[in-house]
Amino acid sequence: MTRDSRYPTLSADAMASIRAVFFEECEENLSALETGLLALQEGAEDWEIINTVFRAVHSIKGGASIFSLDALIDFAHLFESALSQVRARELALDGGIIKTLLKAADALTDLVRAARVGQEVDPAVVAPLIDELANLVAVVAEDDDGFGDLAFTPVPVTLDSLEGPGSSTGLTLHFRPAAELYAKANDPVLLLQELERLGAMEVTLDRSALPMLGDLQADESYLAWTIVHSVGDADAVREVFEFVQGDCQLEIIGETKPLLPQAEIAPAAATPVEAPVASNSQAAANPGQTIRVDLERVDRMIDLVSELVINQSILIQRMAAEPLSNRAEVNAVLEDLDKLTREIQDSVMAIRAQPVKAVFQRMSRLVREVEAMTGKSVQLVTEGDATEVDRTVIERLSDPLTHMIRNAIDHGIESKEQRLAVGKLAQGTVRIAASHRGGRIVIEVSDDGAGINRERVRAIAVERGVITADANPSSEEIDNLIFAAGFSTSEAVTDLSGRGVGMDVVRSSVQALGGRISVTSVEGRGSTFTLSLPLTLAVMDGMLVSVGGHSLVAPLTTLIESFQVNAADVRRLGPSSAILTIRGAPVPLLDLASVMGFASDQTESGRRVALLVEDDAGGRAALLVDEILGQQQVVIKSLEANYRNVPGVAAATILGDGRVALILDVSGILALQRRTFATPGPQTQAA
Amino acid sequence: MSTPKTILTVDDSRTMRDMLLMTLVDAGYDVVQAEDGEDGLVKLGDRRPDAIITDINMPKLDGFGFIEAVRADPANRSLPILVLTTESEMDRKERARMAGATGWIVKPFNPTKLLDALRRVGA
Repeated sequence: MTRDSRYPTLSADAMASIRAVFFEECEENLSALETGLLALQEGAEDWEIINTVFRAVHSIKGGASIFSLDALIDFAHLFESALSQVRARELALDGGIIKTLLKAADALTDLVRAARVGQEVDPAVVAPLIDELANLVAVVAEDDDGFGDLAFTPVPVTLDSLEGPGSSTGLTLHFRPAAELYAKANDPVLLLQELERLGAMEVTLDRSALPMLGDLQADESYLAWTIVHSVGDADAVREVFEFVQGDCQLEIIGETKPLLPQAEIAPAAATPVEAPVASNSQAAANPGQTIRVDLERVDRMIDLVSELVINQSILIQRMAAEPLSNRAEVNAVLEDLDKLTREIQDSVMAIRAQPVKAVFQRMSRLVREVEAMTGKSVQLVTEGDATEVDRTVIERLSDPLTHMIRNAIDHGIESKEQRLAVGKLAQGTVRIAASHRGGRIVIEVSDDGAGINRERVRAIAVERGVITADANPSSEEIDNLIFAAGFSTSEAVTDLSGRGVGMDVVRSSVQALGGRISVTSVEGRGSTFTLSLPLTLAVMDGMLVSVGGHSLVAPLTTLIESFQVNAADVRRLGPSSAILTIRGAPVPLLDLASVMGFASDQTESGRRVALLVEDDAGGRAALLVDEILGQQQVVIKSLEANYRNVPGVAAATILGDGRVALILDVSGILALQRRTFATPGPQTQAA
Repeated sequence: MSTPKTILTVDDSRTMRDMLLMTLVDAGYDVVQAEDGEDGLVKLGDRRPDAIITDINMPKLDGFGFIEAVRADPANRSLPILVLTTESEMDRKERARMAGATGWIVKPFNPTKLLDALRRVGA
């Protein structure tokens, strides 16, 4: 049967929409599946969890069958069989079995994703799991015919005539409903109507069992029918009685085919008993009410709110220009407006916020894969899964996290033997924890491995020219050397965590998100990578400054302080470079106008105000500006998307007065400056 | 035209609910949807649908419990209840019948068979 003929009544549009719902639902089911299996792995042998896990796979199978996704159906079926045995307590849940089930969940995920885009999964990937699952299922003696547990009254059948096939002499049926037939809302009249659809027939009512009126029981069954049917197709007839099988006596006389196996099987002694499902345990499977909204609508709303924020600040600026007498009454209203606007903005942002759980969950698969590749035993612990962050941040979190976790297992966690030798548990632990701290999300990836080998890091850094041989970096500085560009090379990392990418790439992808990354490590005890990210990429707090008649925004996260420059503290190194001494510490002093290439009507020496900024790597510089205009929340508009990437510029924003201001990319500016400084010798700058 | 017949569908899978909805509406039925047994009982309330189609595997209250609860009300004695089941779940089919199911619809879902089954139970 082709797909088209299976659903003749449904339009292509309807099918497409159901298909979309199916795949959306699949993702939810896959997530529930993994969450459930992980909880079982933690030792929670909760009936409701097992049920949820089973339902997830069952549901995927059911939906897949609508769309004839055979590979998916077959795999889900096998998976379901294994789970069904777990559910029936025929298969004890031990660590090994849960591992297999988790791997099967990964394979199922692959199959779903492949089916979604109309592709096939490499059979070599799925085949081993099919074998593993089949083995699990085979462990329990199978009741292959599936009828073993049937509990019903056998249908007495007279084997009067077993003539050769093709005889169409018609059939005679004796049909006597039992009381149960009526109790299940079946209706003999409907059955007779169905029979009539098959062909002509003659019906005789047998009411011989009908008692006297006084003895009549309302819920008893007294009537029977004899039907002489013109059609000889006993299967078709039996199908009519399909629903009432066991709730009636049915004799089919004159049938030309052997009997249905059901009729030959003695009823099982007992009905299968399942533990009752606790109906009041609503568990985590059913969180608060939700609605589904097209992401575009949310983004549109965020855009509108951003405009509102801009308009509101225009209003405040215009009002500030008014004489005080006009302002007084309006000010209170403006303050309310300001508060409301921010609240609306926060609420809208919250719509886009998602728990980091989705990314964290993906990591458990990664851990399993890396475990398999390295032969190490690792347990993944996640904390703060519910911590929410903007979905764009979530989307871009996956890559750096993946790399850090791979690194942690590959480099951090020791082999089982080494761990046992130093008195640790054979199984290592990688922990990812998310939390909100000061308007940012902080994610820590830590392992209980060997910690950073500082001797080796230092040696590599010297060898690669990241630091000079006579440099004397502190332990902390050494640890952070691993983020330095040029530190990681294919030789410095193994094939596994390397994949051609070093920690410097992780750092730059984190920085691209407006984040920072750092590491602390204790030899023999493990390392912790700390990632701090903004909650949203749509707005940020900035310091508005003016330089050469242009407005620029320095991200507040990069700003350490602003101050008046004292000429005595400035030491010129050349025409375009100078050093400023702040409380005894020298920092490069940069004229922002010349960095940005602005034609300047003010001489550099005329500028006396500077911002002390720090990039994500801890590099500092003082930026000379004309004037500090004040702190402001700005809506980030991508310059790259609207124009092109400009060195030293992270993005743009629209100011209250409608003018465009560029947002400074402090790391970029410092890198530009570093290049200028570094020209004479490459080793001037430590990380 | 006579009043359309009403079918209560109870299934935790949105895919299946959509499939049922589109097929039934297309065939001229009115549809009331519920997403699990508990929800099914709520949606049933005082309604007198012409038939119920229910899944078995559902959170909160599964199909068996749901059917038993429906049948426990004498007013629903003659309300046809069809369960959605798969060929491999013969034992479940039987359990559903013991709970009071009138008949079943075998998955994979087939619109023609669904409508046949409804006709067979008089809905």
